[in-house]
Amino acid sequence: MIRGKNWITSKIYLTTCKERATMRKKIERQTLHLFLQGELDMNNANDLKVAIDTDIEKRGIRTIVFHMDDLKFIDSSGLGVILGRYKKLVPLGGKIQIQNVPAHLYKIMELSGLPKIIEFLPEKNHNKKDSNLKGEKK
Amino acid sequence: MRVNRLSLTFSSLPENVTIARTLVSTLGAQLDLPINELEELKVAVSEAVSNSIIHGYNNDPTNFVTIEIESSSEKIQIQVIDHGCGIADIKQAMQASFSTDPDRMGLGFIFMQSFMDELHVESTVNSGTKVIMTKYLNQSNPSSH
Repeated sequence: MIRGKNWITSKIYLTTCKERATMRKKIERQTLHLFLQGELDMNNANDLKVAIDTDIEKRGIRTIVFHMDDLKFIDSSGLGVILGRYKKLVPLGGKIQIQNVPAHLYKIMELSGLPKIIEFLPEKNHNKKDSNLKGEKK
Repeated sequence: MRVNRLSLTFSSLPENVTIARTLVSTLGAQLDLPINELEELKVAVSEAVSNSIIHGYNNDPTNFVTIEIESSSEKIQIQVIDHGCGIADIKQAMQASFSTDPDRMGLGFIFMQSFMDELHVESTVNSGTKVIMTKYLNQSNPSSH
């Protein structure tokens, strides 16, 4: 096994609306990358919470990166899951990062106060592929 | 003035939060709301209906929630009505970070208040809650933001 390449990639199916709310995850050492898709509300918030908590407890996850590029909707049920995981990870020495929040979701993020306690990362890596491609065309 | 009225009563099931939200979103799109305001309307409805199901009915799916929408060229008014446990202290419930569940943020009413122009809550313990939210459209009421 090549060190640093031991990504575990899988899909979590959030029960009620499978097509709208599937989510990819990647685990790299103690970091869990979650690629949220569709709509996150009381329909699927609890499934997400259980899935994350299982990874925290069984795989020793200490950093969670929420990738929000493809998230279409979030309300306080969804934000509650993020805050709850933050509260759970901090005493364990862990942290949460949020990446690529779509513009239309930023106001709700701001109002929730999450940006005051959680690190929001600007766009990173994802678009590199595109810019690389463009670069290669030169 | 042309007024459109819609009423929908549905089981207190989580998936119906999506349906209520979609209904309002469709109506908002017909009224040419800009995308960010449409998004805010969706959040407000989502919070109100989630509150009815989670708090009003304590997640018991055998009850009913009613959403009544009235729209015109001036405004959209949305009422979310349940016959659940009611809210003993509305003022307290409407404060930030008041929630009976540690994993919830207690932000439902804050979002409704911030994203709508008016918010009015009527509640009677053991009888139910009615949330009335109003959003004024376009230039007719620009000072309300």
